[in-house]
Amino acid sequence: MTIVIGFEGSANKIGIGIIRDGEVLSNPRRTYITPPGQGFLPSDTARHHRAVILTVLKEALEQAGLKPADIDCVAFTKGPGMGSPLVTVALVARTVAQLWGKPLLGVNHCIAHIEMGRLITQADNPTVLYVSGGNTQVIAYSERRYRIFGETIDIAVGNCLDRFARVIKISNDPSPGYNIEQMAKKGSQYVELPYTVKGMDVSFSGITSYIEEAAHKMISSGQCSAEDLCFSLQETVFSMLVEITERAMAHCGSGEVLIVGGVGCNLRLQEMMGVMCKERNAKLFATDERFCIDNGAMIAQAGWEMFRSGQVTELEDSWITQRYRTDEVEVTWRD
Amino acid sequence: MALEKSMAAIPEFLSKAELLKQGAEARVYRARFLGRPTIVKERFRKQYRHPLLDEKLTHRRTVQEVRSVLRCRRAGISVPVVYFVDYSSHSIFLEEIVGSSTVRDHIASSPPSARCEGLEPLAERVGQVLARMHDEDVIHGDLTTSNMLLRCGPEDGVSELFLIDFGLSYISALPEDKGVDLYVLEKAFLSTHPHTEALFQRLLKSYAAASKKSSAVIKKLEEVRLRGRKRSMVG
Repeated sequence: MTIVIGFEGSANKIGIGIIRDGEVLSNPRRTYITPPGQGFLPSDTARHHRAVILTVLKEALEQAGLKPADIDCVAFTKGPGMGSPLVTVALVARTVAQLWGKPLLGVNHCIAHIEMGRLITQADNPTVLYVSGGNTQVIAYSERRYRIFGETIDIAVGNCLDRFARVIKISNDPSPGYNIEQMAKKGSQYVELPYTVKGMDVSFSGITSYIEEAAHKMISSGQCSAEDLCFSLQETVFSMLVEITERAMAHCGSGEVLIVGGVGCNLRLQEMMGVMCKERNAKLFATDERFCIDNGAMIAQAGWEMFRSGQVTELEDSWITQRYRTDEVEVTWRD
Repeated sequence: MALEKSMAAIPEFLSKAELLKQGAEARVYRARFLGRPTIVKERFRKQYRHPLLDEKLTHRRTVQEVRSVLRCRRAGISVPVVYFVDYSSHSIFLEEIVGSSTVRDHIASSPPSARCEGLEPLAERVGQVLARMHDEDVIHGDLTTSNMLLRCGPEDGVSELFLIDFGLSYISALPEDKGVDLYVLEKAFLSTHPHTEALFQRLLKSYAAASKKSSAVIKKLEEVRLRGRKRSMVG
Protein backbone atom coordinates (compact mmCIF):
# COMPACT_ATOMS: atom_id res chain seq x y z
CA MET A 1 0.00 0.00 0.00
CA THR A 2 1.42 3.36 -1.06
CA ILE A 3 -0.06 6.71 -0.03
CA VAL A 4 1.11 9.88 -1.77
CA ILE A 5 0.14 13.49 -1.07
CA GLY A 6 0.38 15.93 -3.98
CA PHE A 7 0.73 19.73 -3.92
CA GLU A 8 -0.35 21.79 -6.96
CA GLY A 9 -0.31 25.58 -7.43
CA SER A 10 1.29 26.41 -10.79
CA ALA A 11 -1.49 28.82 -11.82
CA ASN A 12 -4.45 30.30 -10.00
CA LYS A 13 -5.67 27.03 -8.49
CA ILE A 14 -4.12 25.70 -5.28
CA GLY A 15 -4.95 22.06 -4.63
CA ILE A 16 -3.69 19.31 -2.35
CA GLY A 17 -4.75 15.71 -2.90
CA ILE A 18 -4.06 12.29 -1.41
CA ILE A 19 -4.03 9.05 -3.41
CA ARG A 20 -3.79 5.51 -2.07
CA ASP A 21 -3.11 2.90 -4.75
CA GLY A 22 -5.32 4.50 -7.36
CA GLU A 23 -8.00 5.69 -4.95
CA VAL A 24 -8.54 9.42 -4.47
CA LEU A 25 -8.90 9.88 -0.71
CA SER A 26 -9.21 13.68 -0.77
CA ASN A 27 -8.78 16.50 -3.27
CA PRO A 28 -9.59 19.96 -1.86
CA ARG A 29 -8.85 23.05 -3.97
CA ARG A 30 -9.15 26.84 -3.94
CA THR A 31 -9.19 29.19 -6.94
CA TYR A 32 -7.86 32.74 -7.02
CA ILE A 33 -10.51 34.67 -8.96
CA THR A 34 -9.88 38.20 -10.22
CA PRO A 35 -12.52 40.81 -11.08
CA PRO A 36 -13.94 40.81 -14.67
CA GLY A 37 -11.53 42.28 -17.19
CA GLN A 38 -8.45 41.31 -15.18
CA GLY A 39 -6.12 38.37 -15.42
CA PHE A 40 -4.14 36.96 -12.50
CA LEU A 41 -0.60 38.17 -11.81
CA PRO A 42 2.13 35.98 -10.31
CA SER A 43 2.71 37.91 -7.08
CA ASP A 44 -1.01 38.24 -6.25
CA THR A 45 -1.52 34.58 -7.04
CA ALA A 46 1.39 33.54 -4.82
CA ARG A 47 -0.03 35.70 -2.04
CA HIS A 48 -3.41 33.97 -2.42
CA HIS A 49 -1.83 30.52 -2.28
CA ARG A 50 0.25 31.43 0.78
CA ALA A 51 -2.87 32.55 2.62
CA VAL A 52 -4.85 29.34 2.11
CA ILE A 53 -2.37 26.51 1.62
CA LEU A 54 -2.15 25.36 5.22
CA THR A 55 -5.95 25.31 5.50
CA VAL A 56 -6.17 23.23 2.34
CA LEU A 57 -3.46 20.90 3.66
CA LYS A 58 -5.42 20.33 6.87
CA GLU A 59 -8.57 19.66 4.82
CA ALA A 60 -6.74 17.13 2.66
CA LEU A 61 -5.55 15.13 5.67
CA GLU A 62 -8.88 15.37 7.53
CA GLN A 63 -11.02 14.40 4.55
CA ALA A 64 -8.77 11.41 3.93
CA GLY A 65 -8.83 10.54 7.62
CA LEU A 66 -5.04 10.31 7.73
CA LYS A 67 -2.16 11.54 9.82
CA PRO A 68 1.21 12.72 8.41
CA ALA A 69 2.78 9.44 9.56
CA ASP A 70 0.49 7.56 7.12
CA ILE A 71 1.94 9.36 4.10
CA ASP A 72 4.66 7.56 2.14
CA CYS A 73 5.76 10.34 -0.20
CA VAL A 74 5.30 14.08 -0.72
CA ALA A 75 4.85 15.06 -4.37
CA PHE A 76 4.74 18.63 -5.65
CA THR A 77 4.67 20.49 -8.97
CA LYS A 78 8.20 21.10 -10.15
CA GLY A 79 6.89 22.93 -13.23
CA PRO A 80 5.93 24.25 -15.69
CA GLY A 81 3.97 27.25 -14.47
CA MET A 82 4.21 30.69 -12.91
CA GLY A 83 7.33 31.29 -10.83
CA SER A 84 6.20 32.69 -7.50
CA PRO A 85 3.12 30.47 -7.08
CA LEU A 86 5.27 27.41 -7.84
CA VAL A 87 7.83 28.51 -5.24
CA THR A 88 5.16 29.10 -2.60
CA VAL A 89 3.81 25.60 -2.94
CA ALA A 90 7.18 23.88 -3.29
CA LEU A 91 8.32 25.56 -0.09
CA VAL A 92 5.48 24.04 1.90
CA ALA A 93 6.00 20.63 0.28
CA ARG A 94 9.70 20.66 1.14
CA THR A 95 8.98 21.73 4.70
CA VAL A 96 6.37 19.07 5.43
CA ALA A 97 8.52 16.40 3.77
CA GLN A 98 11.33 17.24 6.17
CA LEU A 99 9.02 17.65 9.16
CA TRP A 100 7.37 14.31 8.51
CA GLY A 101 10.58 12.59 7.39
CA LYS A 102 9.16 11.54 4.02
CA PRO A 103 10.78 11.44 0.55
CA LEU A 104 10.06 14.26 -1.92
CA LEU A 105 9.06 13.99 -5.59
CA GLY A 106 9.08 16.84 -8.10
CA VAL A 107 6.38 16.20 -10.71
CA ASN A 108 5.81 17.57 -14.23
CA HIS A 109 2.40 19.29 -14.25
CA CYS A 110 1.51 18.17 -17.79
CA ILE A 111 2.36 14.55 -17.08
CA ALA A 112 0.27 14.72 -13.92
CA HIS A 113 -2.76 15.66 -16.03
CA ILE A 114 -2.11 12.69 -18.29
CA GLU A 115 -1.60 10.19 -15.47
CA MET A 116 -4.77 11.35 -13.70
CA GLY A 117 -6.71 11.07 -16.94
CA ARG A 118 -5.40 7.54 -17.47
CA LEU A 119 -6.29 6.55 -13.91
CA ILE A 120 -9.83 7.92 -13.94
CA THR A 121 -10.79 6.82 -17.44
CA GLN A 122 -8.68 3.63 -17.64
CA ALA A 123 -7.82 4.57 -21.22
CA ASP A 124 -5.19 2.16 -22.49
CA ASN A 125 -2.89 4.08 -24.82
CA PRO A 126 -4.74 7.17 -26.01
CA THR A 127 -3.76 10.16 -28.07
CA VAL A 128 -3.90 12.88 -25.42
CA LEU A 129 -5.18 16.39 -26.02
CA TYR A 130 -3.93 18.55 -23.17
CA VAL A 131 -5.63 21.93 -23.23
CA SER A 132 -5.60 24.58 -20.52
CA GLY A 133 -4.92 28.23 -19.92
CA GLY A 134 -1.22 27.67 -20.21
CA ASN A 135 -0.79 24.64 -22.43
CA THR A 136 -2.07 23.20 -25.69
CA GLN A 137 -0.39 19.95 -26.72
CA VAL A 138 -1.24 16.73 -28.52
CA ILE A 139 0.73 13.97 -26.85
CA ALA A 140 1.27 10.29 -27.54
CA TYR A 141 3.30 7.83 -25.50
CA SER A 142 6.20 6.14 -27.21
CA GLU A 143 9.29 4.44 -25.86
CA ARG A 144 9.38 5.89 -22.38
CA ARG A 145 8.49 9.43 -23.37
CA TYR A 146 5.31 11.39 -23.66
CA ARG A 147 6.11 12.79 -27.09
CA ILE A 148 4.57 16.04 -28.23
CA PHE A 149 3.05 15.48 -31.67
CA GLY A 150 1.41 18.84 -32.05
CA GLU A 151 1.13 22.00 -30.03
CA THR A 152 0.43 25.66 -30.19
CA ILE A 153 3.23 27.65 -31.74
CA ASP A 154 2.24 30.71 -29.72
CA ILE A 155 -0.40 30.88 -26.98
CA ALA A 156 -2.58 28.21 -25.37
CA VAL A 157 -6.24 27.88 -26.35
CA GLY A 158 -7.31 28.62 -22.78
CA ASN A 159 -5.26 31.80 -22.85
CA CYS A 160 -7.10 32.86 -26.02
CA LEU A 161 -10.46 32.23 -24.34
CA ASP A 162 -9.41 33.98 -21.11
CA ARG A 163 -8.23 37.05 -23.00
CA PHE A 164 -11.45 37.25 -24.96
CA ALA A 165 -13.37 37.02 -21.69
CA ARG A 166 -11.40 40.01 -20.39
CA VAL A 167 -12.16 42.03 -23.52
CA ILE A 168 -15.91 41.63 -23.12
CA LYS A 169 -15.59 41.74 -19.33
CA ILE A 170 -17.13 38.35 -18.57
CA SER A 171 -16.92 37.24 -14.94
CA ASN A 172 -13.94 35.04 -13.97
CA ASP A 173 -16.12 33.17 -11.47
CA PRO A 174 -15.90 30.16 -11.48
CA SER A 175 -13.65 30.52 -14.54
CA PRO A 176 -13.77 32.67 -17.71
CA GLY A 177 -13.91 29.57 -19.92
CA TYR A 178 -16.97 28.24 -18.12
CA ASN A 179 -18.82 31.52 -18.62
CA ILE A 180 -17.87 31.67 -22.30
CA GLU A 181 -19.27 28.16 -22.63
CA GLN A 182 -22.61 29.20 -21.09
CA MET A 183 -22.87 32.29 -23.27
CA ALA A 184 -21.95 30.30 -26.37
CA LYS A 185 -25.00 28.09 -25.82
CA LYS A 186 -27.15 31.18 -26.39
CA GLY A 187 -25.26 32.23 -29.54
CA SER A 188 -26.49 31.17 -32.95
CA GLN A 189 -24.87 33.31 -35.62
CA TYR A 190 -21.56 31.98 -36.90
CA VAL A 191 -19.06 34.79 -37.48
CA GLU A 192 -16.03 33.96 -39.62
CA LEU A 193 -12.80 34.10 -37.62
CA PRO A 194 -9.17 33.29 -38.56
CA TYR A 195 -8.47 29.55 -38.56
CA THR A 196 -4.82 28.52 -38.33
CA VAL A 197 -3.59 24.94 -38.42
CA LYS A 198 -0.01 24.29 -39.53
CA GLY A 199 0.44 20.55 -39.94
CA MET A 200 0.16 19.11 -36.48
CA ASP A 201 0.46 22.52 -34.83
CA VAL A 202 -2.01 25.33 -34.19
CA SER A 203 -1.70 29.05 -33.72
CA PHE A 204 -4.04 31.15 -31.61
CA SER A 205 -2.39 34.56 -31.55
CA GLY A 206 -3.98 35.53 -34.86
CA ILE A 207 -7.54 34.79 -33.83
CA THR A 208 -6.90 36.35 -30.42
CA SER A 209 -5.71 39.69 -31.77
CA TYR A 210 -8.46 39.66 -34.40
CA ILE A 211 -11.23 39.12 -31.89
CA GLU A 212 -9.72 41.46 -29.28
CA GLU A 213 -9.73 44.22 -31.88
CA ALA A 214 -13.02 43.47 -33.60
CA ALA A 215 -15.25 42.36 -30.72
CA HIS A 216 -16.47 45.76 -29.56
CA LYS A 217 -17.00 47.01 -33.10
CA MET A 218 -19.01 43.96 -34.08
CA ILE A 219 -21.17 44.05 -30.97
CA SER A 220 -21.85 47.79 -30.96
CA SER A 221 -22.62 47.86 -34.69
CA GLY A 222 -25.21 45.18 -34.07
CA GLN A 223 -23.54 42.78 -36.47
CA CYS A 224 -23.61 40.10 -33.81
CA SER A 225 -24.04 39.64 -30.09
CA ALA A 226 -21.40 38.77 -27.49
CA GLU A 227 -23.07 35.32 -27.31
CA ASP A 228 -22.59 34.90 -31.07
CA LEU A 229 -18.90 35.72 -30.69
CA CYS A 230 -18.50 33.25 -27.82
CA PHE A 231 -20.20 30.64 -29.99
CA SER A 232 -18.10 31.41 -33.07
CA LEU A 233 -14.85 31.50 -31.10
CA GLN A 234 -15.53 28.12 -29.54
CA GLU A 235 -16.56 26.55 -32.84
CA THR A 236 -13.39 27.82 -34.50
CA VAL A 237 -10.75 27.08 -31.86
CA PHE A 238 -12.29 23.73 -30.91
CA SER A 239 -12.38 22.70 -34.59
CA MET A 240 -8.68 23.45 -34.75
CA LEU A 241 -8.04 21.26 -31.70
CA VAL A 242 -10.14 18.38 -33.03
CA GLU A 243 -8.34 18.64 -36.34
CA ILE A 244 -4.82 18.33 -34.93
CA THR A 245 -5.93 15.55 -32.62
CA GLU A 246 -7.38 13.66 -35.57
CA ARG A 247 -4.17 14.15 -37.53
CA ALA A 248 -2.11 12.72 -34.70
CA MET A 249 -4.49 9.77 -34.40
CA ALA A 250 -4.26 9.10 -38.13
CA HIS A 251 -0.48 9.32 -37.98
CA CYS A 252 -0.15 6.98 -34.99
CA GLY A 253 -2.98 4.65 -35.91
CA SER A 254 -4.58 5.32 -32.54
CA GLY A 255 -8.17 4.45 -31.60
CA GLU A 256 -8.47 6.39 -28.35
CA VAL A 257 -8.56 10.06 -27.39
CA LEU A 258 -8.13 11.41 -23.86
CA ILE A 259 -8.81 15.10 -23.17
CA VAL A 260 -7.14 16.60 -20.09
CA GLY A 261 -6.60 20.11 -18.75
CA GLY A 262 -9.04 22.83 -17.70
CA VAL A 263 -10.39 23.48 -21.21
CA GLY A 264 -11.19 19.76 -21.32
CA CYS A 265 -14.17 20.47 -19.03
CA ASN A 266 -15.89 22.20 -21.92
CA LEU A 267 -18.81 20.03 -22.98
CA ARG A 268 -18.91 21.46 -26.50
CA LEU A 269 -15.27 20.47 -27.03
CA GLN A 270 -16.07 16.99 -25.72
CA GLU A 271 -19.10 16.83 -28.00
CA MET A 272 -17.11 17.81 -31.10
CA MET A 273 -14.33 15.39 -30.27
CA GLY A 274 -16.97 12.70 -29.74
CA VAL A 275 -18.39 13.28 -33.23
CA MET A 276 -14.93 12.99 -34.76
CA CYS A 277 -14.23 9.80 -32.79
CA LYS A 278 -17.52 8.24 -33.81
CA GLU A 279 -16.69 8.82 -37.48
CA ARG A 280 -13.40 6.99 -37.00
CA ASN A 281 -14.73 4.27 -34.68
CA ALA A 282 -12.49 5.60 -31.94
CA LYS A 283 -13.22 5.99 -28.23
CA LEU A 284 -13.29 9.28 -26.38
CA PHE A 285 -12.23 9.61 -22.76
CA ALA A 286 -12.71 12.72 -20.68
CA THR A 287 -12.92 13.60 -17.00
CA ASP A 288 -15.04 16.09 -15.09
CA GLU A 289 -14.04 19.38 -13.49
CA ARG A 290 -12.68 17.66 -10.38
CA PHE A 291 -9.79 16.27 -12.38
CA CYS A 292 -9.71 18.34 -15.60
CA ILE A 293 -8.95 21.52 -13.72
CA ASP A 294 -5.60 21.68 -11.90
CA ASN A 295 -5.80 19.68 -8.68
CA GLY A 296 -3.53 18.13 -6.05
CA ALA A 297 -4.59 14.51 -6.58
CA MET A 298 -3.15 14.48 -10.11
CA ILE A 299 0.23 15.46 -8.70
CA ALA A 300 -0.16 12.69 -6.13
CA GLN A 301 -1.02 10.17 -8.85
CA ALA A 302 1.97 11.02 -11.01
CA GLY A 303 4.06 11.00 -7.85
CA TRP A 304 2.66 7.56 -6.95
CA GLU A 305 3.75 6.18 -10.35
CA MET A 306 7.18 7.76 -10.12
CA PHE A 307 7.73 6.70 -6.50
CA ARG A 308 6.74 3.11 -7.20
CA SER A 309 9.19 2.97 -10.09
CA GLY A 310 11.95 4.00 -7.69
CA GLN A 311 12.25 7.75 -8.24
CA VAL A 312 12.90 10.28 -5.50
CA THR A 313 13.83 13.98 -5.61
CA GLU A 314 16.70 15.04 -3.37
CA LEU A 315 16.29 18.33 -1.53
CA GLU A 316 19.00 20.02 -3.62
CA ASP A 317 17.13 19.00 -6.79
CA SER A 318 13.74 20.17 -5.59
CA TRP A 319 13.91 23.57 -7.32
CA ILE A 320 10.99 24.65 -9.47
CA THR A 321 11.10 25.69 -13.12
CA GLN A 322 8.74 27.78 -15.22
CA ARG A 323 9.61 25.87 -18.39
CA TYR A 324 9.43 22.10 -18.26
CA ARG A 325 8.68 20.22 -21.46
CA THR A 326 6.44 17.18 -21.30
CA ASP A 327 8.96 15.15 -23.30
CA GLU A 328 11.84 15.97 -20.94
CA VAL A 329 10.71 13.37 -18.42
CA GLU A 330 11.72 9.74 -18.71
CA VAL A 331 8.54 7.73 -18.11
CA THR A 332 10.10 4.96 -16.06
CA TRP A 333 6.76 3.53 -14.93
CA ARG A 334 5.57 2.45 -18.37
CA ASP A 335 7.24 0.17 -20.87
CA MET B 1 -32.62 17.81 -63.41
CA ALA B 2 -29.30 17.82 -65.28
CA LEU B 3 -27.60 19.56 -62.36
CA GLU B 4 -28.85 16.99 -59.87
CA LYS B 5 -27.70 14.19 -62.14
CA SER B 6 -24.22 15.63 -62.47
CA MET B 7 -23.97 16.28 -58.72
CA ALA B 8 -24.84 12.66 -58.04
CA ALA B 9 -22.27 11.40 -60.54
CA ILE B 10 -19.19 11.69 -58.34
CA PRO B 11 -20.64 9.99 -55.24
CA GLU B 12 -21.97 7.26 -57.51
CA PHE B 13 -18.57 6.83 -59.15
CA LEU B 14 -16.92 6.65 -55.72
CA SER B 15 -19.39 4.13 -54.37
CA LYS B 16 -17.98 1.67 -56.90
CA ALA B 17 -14.33 2.60 -56.25
CA GLU B 18 -12.01 0.90 -53.79
CA LEU B 19 -11.67 2.82 -50.51
CA LEU B 20 -7.98 2.84 -49.62
CA LYS B 21 -8.03 4.81 -46.44
CA GLN B 22 -9.81 7.41 -44.44
CA GLY B 23 -7.33 10.03 -43.38
CA ALA B 24 -7.99 12.93 -41.07
CA GLU B 25 -8.93 15.14 -44.03
CA ALA B 26 -10.39 12.97 -46.72
CA ARG B 27 -11.28 9.57 -48.01
CA VAL B 28 -8.85 8.21 -50.54
CA TYR B 29 -10.10 5.87 -53.25
CA ARG B 30 -8.46 3.90 -56.00
CA ALA B 31 -10.28 3.84 -59.33
CA ARG B 32 -9.78 3.97 -63.05
CA PHE B 33 -10.43 7.29 -64.74
CA LEU B 34 -9.95 7.91 -68.43
CA GLY B 35 -8.30 4.51 -68.59
CA ARG B 36 -5.60 5.36 -66.02
CA PRO B 37 -4.97 4.19 -62.46
CA THR B 38 -6.31 7.07 -60.38
CA ILE B 39 -6.42 8.15 -56.77
CA VAL B 40 -9.49 10.14 -55.83
CA LYS B 41 -9.18 12.34 -52.80
CA GLU B 42 -12.61 13.26 -51.53
CA ARG B 43 -12.78 15.82 -48.78
CA PHE B 44 -15.92 14.90 -46.98
CA ARG B 45 -17.93 17.06 -44.66
CA LYS B 46 -16.60 17.03 -41.10
CA GLN B 47 -19.68 16.69 -38.91
CA TYR B 48 -18.03 18.23 -35.87
CA ARG B 49 -17.47 21.57 -37.64
CA HIS B 50 -20.03 24.30 -38.06
CA PRO B 51 -21.35 23.95 -41.66
CA LEU B 52 -20.24 27.45 -42.74
CA LEU B 53 -16.74 26.94 -41.34
CA ASP B 54 -16.58 23.48 -42.87
CA GLU B 55 -17.55 24.66 -46.36
CA LYS B 56 -15.06 27.55 -46.30
CA LEU B 57 -12.19 25.39 -45.06
CA THR B 58 -12.89 22.46 -47.36
CA HIS B 59 -13.16 24.62 -50.45
CA ARG B 60 -10.04 26.61 -49.55
CA ARG B 61 -8.01 23.46 -48.99
CA THR B 62 -9.15 21.84 -52.23
CA VAL B 63 -8.15 24.93 -54.20
CA GLN B 64 -4.82 25.33 -52.40
CA GLU B 65 -3.95 21.69 -52.87
CA VAL B 66 -4.50 21.71 -56.60
CA ARG B 67 -2.68 25.02 -57.06
CA SER B 68 0.36 23.84 -55.12
CA VAL B 69 0.55 20.49 -56.91
CA LEU B 70 0.44 22.21 -60.30
CA ARG B 71 3.07 24.72 -59.24
CA CYS B 72 5.41 21.96 -58.08
CA ARG B 73 4.87 20.06 -61.26
CA ARG B 74 5.78 23.06 -63.38
CA ALA B 75 9.01 23.34 -61.36
CA GLY B 76 9.96 19.75 -62.10
CA ILE B 77 9.23 18.29 -58.65
CA SER B 78 7.74 14.80 -58.68
CA VAL B 79 4.10 15.07 -57.71
CA PRO B 80 1.02 13.23 -58.98
CA VAL B 81 -0.64 14.59 -62.11
CA VAL B 82 -4.01 16.27 -61.49
CA TYR B 83 -6.57 14.74 -63.86
CA PHE B 84 -9.79 16.40 -62.68
CA VAL B 85 -11.29 18.49 -59.87
CA ASP B 86 -14.92 18.56 -58.80
CA TYR B 87 -15.67 21.46 -56.49
CA SER B 88 -19.15 20.41 -55.46
CA SER B 89 -17.97 17.18 -53.90
CA HIS B 90 -14.48 18.58 -53.18
CA SER B 91 -12.87 15.68 -54.99
CA ILE B 92 -9.49 15.69 -56.67
CA PHE B 93 -8.65 13.01 -59.23
CA LEU B 94 -4.91 12.35 -59.19
CA GLU B 95 -2.42 10.04 -60.87
CA GLU B 96 -1.81 6.92 -58.82
CA ILE B 97 1.89 6.40 -58.15
CA VAL B 98 1.80 2.66 -58.69
CA GLY B 99 4.36 0.50 -56.92
CA SER B 100 5.28 3.01 -54.23
CA SER B 101 5.36 2.99 -50.46
CA THR B 102 5.54 5.83 -47.97
CA VAL B 103 8.90 7.01 -46.72
CA ARG B 104 7.49 6.35 -43.27
CA ASP B 105 7.07 2.63 -43.94
CA HIS B 106 10.46 2.63 -45.55
CA ILE B 107 12.23 4.06 -42.51
CA ALA B 108 10.21 1.94 -40.11
CA SER B 109 10.90 -1.35 -41.85
CA SER B 110 14.14 -3.02 -41.04
CA PRO B 111 16.10 -4.40 -42.71
CA PRO B 112 15.37 -1.82 -45.41
CA SER B 113 14.35 -3.12 -48.81
CA ALA B 114 17.40 -4.16 -50.77
CA ARG B 115 16.02 -2.74 -53.99
CA CYS B 116 15.86 0.81 -52.72
CA GLU B 117 18.58 3.12 -51.53
CA GLY B 118 19.60 3.19 -47.89
CA LEU B 119 18.27 5.62 -45.33
CA GLU B 120 21.09 8.15 -45.60
CA PRO B 121 20.88 8.71 -49.36
CA LEU B 122 17.11 8.82 -48.88
CA ALA B 123 17.41 11.60 -46.32
CA GLU B 124 19.67 13.52 -48.66
CA ARG B 125 17.20 13.11 -51.50
CA VAL B 126 14.34 14.37 -49.32
CA GLY B 127 16.41 17.44 -48.41
CA GLN B 128 17.05 18.17 -52.08
CA VAL B 129 13.39 17.82 -53.09
CA LEU B 130 12.22 20.05 -50.25
CA ALA B 131 14.83 22.63 -51.18
CA ARG B 132 13.50 22.73 -54.72
CA MET B 133 9.92 23.03 -53.44
CA HIS B 134 10.78 25.90 -51.10
CA ASP B 135 12.75 27.65 -53.83
CA GLU B 136 9.47 27.60 -55.73
CA ASP B 137 7.92 29.32 -52.67
CA VAL B 138 5.57 26.40 -52.10
CA ILE B 139 4.97 25.69 -48.42
CA HIS B 140 3.71 22.14 -48.03
CA GLY B 141 2.16 22.78 -44.63
CA ASP B 142 1.92 19.15 -43.56
CA LEU B 143 5.30 17.58 -44.11
CA THR B 144 5.44 14.12 -42.62
CA THR B 145 7.04 10.90 -43.76
CA SER B 146 3.56 9.63 -44.58
CA ASN B 147 3.26 12.37 -47.19
CA MET B 148 6.30 11.26 -49.18
CA LEU B 149 6.21 8.31 -51.55
CA LEU B 150 9.15 6.30 -52.76
CA ARG B 151 8.88 4.32 -55.96
CA CYS B 152 11.82 2.01 -56.32
CA GLY B 153 13.42 1.56 -59.72
CA PRO B 154 13.56 -1.79 -61.56
CA GLU B 155 17.16 -3.04 -61.04
CA ASP B 156 19.83 -0.70 -59.78
CA GLY B 157 17.68 0.82 -57.03
CA VAL B 158 17.29 4.26 -58.64
CA SER B 159 14.08 5.47 -57.10
CA GLU B 160 11.75 8.42 -57.49
CA LEU B 161 10.60 10.48 -54.54
CA PHE B 162 7.10 11.98 -54.72
CA LEU B 163 5.51 14.59 -52.51
CA ILE B 164 1.79 14.21 -51.88
CA ASP B 165 -1.03 15.63 -49.76
CA PHE B 166 -0.78 19.37 -50.35
CA GLY B 167 -4.02 20.04 -48.49
CA LEU B 168 -2.51 22.56 -46.07
CA SER B 169 -0.17 24.14 -48.57
CA TYR B 170 0.13 27.77 -49.61
CA ILE B 171 2.47 30.07 -51.49
CA SER B 172 4.97 32.11 -49.48
CA ALA B 173 8.45 33.52 -49.94
CA LEU B 174 8.97 34.12 -46.21
CA PRO B 175 11.87 32.22 -44.61
CA GLU B 176 9.69 32.06 -41.47
CA ASP B 177 7.05 29.95 -43.28
CA LYS B 178 9.69 27.68 -44.80
CA GLY B 179 11.34 27.33 -41.41
CA VAL B 180 8.01 26.35 -39.84
CA ASP B 181 7.47 23.89 -42.72
CA LEU B 182 10.75 22.18 -41.86
CA TYR B 183 9.93 22.36 -38.14
CA VAL B 184 6.65 20.53 -38.74
CA LEU B 185 8.61 17.82 -40.57
CA GLU B 186 11.27 17.65 -37.87
CA LYS B 187 8.70 17.16 -35.13
CA ALA B 188 6.73 14.59 -37.12
CA PHE B 189 9.94 12.83 -38.13
CA LEU B 190 11.40 12.57 -34.64
CA SER B 191 8.11 11.59 -32.98
CA THR B 192 7.39 8.86 -35.51
CA HIS B 193 10.93 7.58 -35.87
CA PRO B 194 12.68 7.86 -32.50
CA HIS B 195 16.50 7.96 -32.39
CA THR B 196 16.84 9.30 -35.94
CA GLU B 197 18.25 12.72 -35.07
CA ALA B 198 21.41 12.12 -37.12
CA LEU B 199 19.35 11.11 -40.15
CA PHE B 200 17.33 14.28 -39.95
CA GLN B 201 20.47 16.40 -39.63
CA ARG B 202 21.63 14.84 -42.88
CA LEU B 203 18.34 15.86 -44.47
CA LEU B 204 18.83 19.45 -43.33
CA LYS B 205 22.44 19.53 -44.55
CA SER B 206 21.31 18.33 -47.95
CA TYR B 207 18.52 20.94 -47.96
CA ALA B 208 20.97 23.72 -47.09
CA ALA B 209 23.32 22.68 -49.88
CA ALA B 210 20.57 22.42 -52.47
CA SER B 211 18.59 25.59 -51.79
CA LYS B 212 19.76 29.03 -52.80
CA LYS B 213 17.82 30.70 -50.00
CA SER B 214 18.51 28.17 -47.28
CA SER B 215 20.56 30.09 -44.70
CA ALA B 216 17.69 32.40 -43.75
CA VAL B 217 15.35 29.41 -43.57
CA ILE B 218 17.65 27.35 -41.32
CA LYS B 219 18.07 30.37 -39.07
CA LYS B 220 14.28 30.68 -38.77
CA LEU B 221 14.02 26.96 -38.06
CA GLU B 222 16.40 27.37 -35.15
CA GLU B 223 14.35 30.30 -33.86
CA VAL B 224 11.07 28.37 -34.11
CA ARG B 225 12.63 25.43 -32.25
CA LEU B 226 13.49 27.68 -29.34
CA ARG B 227 10.05 29.26 -29.34
CA GLY B 228 8.45 26.06 -28.11
CA ARG B 229 10.98 25.85 -25.32
CA LYS B 230 11.04 29.50 -24.33
CA ARG B 231 7.32 29.85 -24.06
CA SER B 232 6.10 30.23 -20.50
CA MET B 233 3.73 27.41 -19.70
CA VAL B 234 1.09 28.05 -17.08
CA GLY B 235 -1.84 25.97 -15.90
